[in-house]
Amino acid sequence: MADSLLSLDDLAVHFMVGSAFAGGVKTLKAVDGVTLDVKAGECLGLVGESGCGKSTLALAIMGLLLPTRGLIHVDSQQISGATPPDRMKMAQTVQMVFQDPYASLNPRQTVRRTLADPLRLHGINDRAEVEARVIDMMAKVGLRPEHADRYPHEFSGGQRQRIGIARALILKPKLVICDEPVSALDVSIRAQIINLLLELKDEMGLAYIMISHDLGVVEHVSDRVAVMYLGRIVEQGGWQEIFEDPRHPYTRALIAAIPDPFHRAAAAVAKAKAKGEIASALNPPPGCHFNPRCPLKADLCTAEVPLLEATGPGHLAACHFRDRAS
Amino acid sequence: MTTPLLRVDNLRIALASDGITYNAVENVSFEIGRGEAFGLVGESGCGKSITALAVMGLLRRPLSLGGGRIVLDGQEIQDAPAAEMRRLRGKRIAMIFQEPMTALNPLSPVGKQIAEMFVLHQGANWNEAMDRAEEALRQVRVPSPERRIRDYPHQLSGGMRQRVMIAIALACGPDLLVADEPTTALDVTVQAEIIDLIAELCAAKGTAVLMISHDLGLVANMCKRVAVMYAGRIVESQVADAIFATPSHPYTQGLIDSLPRLGERARRGRQRLTEIAGVVPSIQAYPAGCRFNPRCPAVTDICRTNVPEATSLPADGLVRCHHHG
Repeated sequence: MADSLLSLDDLAVHFMVGSAFAGGVKTLKAVDGVTLDVKAGECLGLVGESGCGKSTLALAIMGLLLPTRGLIHVDSQQISGATPPDRMKMAQTVQMVFQDPYASLNPRQTVRRTLADPLRLHGINDRAEVEARVIDMMAKVGLRPEHADRYPHEFSGGQRQRIGIARALILKPKLVICDEPVSALDVSIRAQIINLLLELKDEMGLAYIMISHDLGVVEHVSDRVAVMYLGRIVEQGGWQEIFEDPRHPYTRALIAAIPDPFHRAAAAVAKAKAKGEIASALNPPPGCHFNPRCPLKADLCTAEVPLLEATGPGHLAACHFRDRAS
Repeated sequence: MTTPLLRVDNLRIALASDGITYNAVENVSFEIGRGEAFGLVGESGCGKSITALAVMGLLRRPLSLGGGRIVLDGQEIQDAPAAEMRRLRGKRIAMIFQEPMTALNPLSPVGKQIAEMFVLHQGANWNEAMDRAEEALRQVRVPSPERRIRDYPHQLSGGMRQRVMIAIALACGPDLLVADEPTTALDVTVQAEIIDLIAELCAAKGTAVLMISHDLGLVANMCKRVAVMYAGRIVESQVADAIFATPSHPYTQGLIDSLPRLGERARRGRQRLTEIAGVVPSIQAYPAGCRFNPRCPAVTDICRTNVPEATSLPADGLVRCHHHG
């Protein structure tokens, strides 16, 4: 597609695990047939529980894991199992903000060095220009320029996440993958970082993939939302469709699981909770992967894999009963 | 008035660091009635977890009890000898932790870890105890307990491990269950199930719960009353419904306003989130007066010098703010 910044076409990333001597080699289908696109300047929320393949998907988009099957188009680059990406060019296109700013910054590098190194690596050797861009970026993320020579341990968690964001943006990428950017932060700091990410998106025309398990955050920041379960996208659509009219029982279960203190009475009545836990990706249930936990389960669900099909304009759901009222 | 099950009175917890003693928690008082669920909410470092450890008699160096009283069912336990506390723990008060993998013994089958409770506290023999352990696993809805009883912790998923922890904690029918962030390490759908399970079992057995969490929404859903802690002090305590309807401390108001709420964007469009300025102070640099004053939008001179006294709110609530009312 011409207007897409990122498009995934039937992307699959499989891992071989185990050994031929002990129990045999098995295939772990971490990502299994994901088709998705992100337009320039758009924020896609990516939701799912641990083990659903969100992080593998993020690494594949970054070009750090080669696809087993399928294609990734990022900007003008094409990545497939046979054509590994040009890493220098990838770094200028896609960047990532990690969950834990304590772990993702080099403790032995000052902020200045953390921000200046990528510039130098990409051929900007003029000292004055490097300095100007570092100071400018620090100001953009709300760090004081006089703190440029400090080390990560001298900052609070929220400020460290600001450094992480600055590092991701210093090369002016087009797409930023935010992997749980606020869940390691103090509750009272989260709003600051969410506001900052939204401001920078508008200011720099960024596209985001926002990976989060906090549906409140996802609803707040996303233009479109994709819900993943065991390596597959089970529902995808505009934020309003997903939150106001979810068609997949798993999406409903996720929404029902959020404690909503403002509507306690309503929440108590409309419980669409999922039973049990996510199955192992090594041995997913046949048919629809969600069927053992699903309140709508029927024989069809164990026999046939539901396809991701439209239930409305731009709204797709992979459920045999996608048109059944909740 | 009936005596509460647990009364914490003017609790102070001292932290010794580099020869200086800080008050990690001070002036913390609350009561929990029989069968009541009480929530203690705050950010990391506010002292909520060590308050729970103090109740369990599990404070270890560099933390120590600096003062105050902990009264369980009319009996003062803050100075109880270690042997006495060991007898109480598990039998009358029990605790579940955030990360079940580190709280369970990895070298012992889970059934044995549950059965141990019956052997130690109720003098049961091992055969009988193992049968009761199987029943306990069934109660926390672990599927096929007759097989699971022989599993080791690493063979169970996170949610199942937390169920085992709950089974151990509730084995001897304690009067009080202390739950320290019991679902933080779990996925959201599993979190909902575990919270329901705790609420249901405790209601059925008449067990009181002290629920510790950073998630105000989660706590308010489960508990009758909630106290909010900030930098080692309780700043507000109210009935759960009231804390959302009429938050009285600027910190509580800030917390509630700063969280993106499900459905809010559909109702009002995307609003900029209200930020709480600044950062949580470190224990070495707690500000004088009200500890929230450097971040408070309503700060005045008195906040910087005087510690605010508790003002009562309706229905046994209280708030510590100079500008309340």
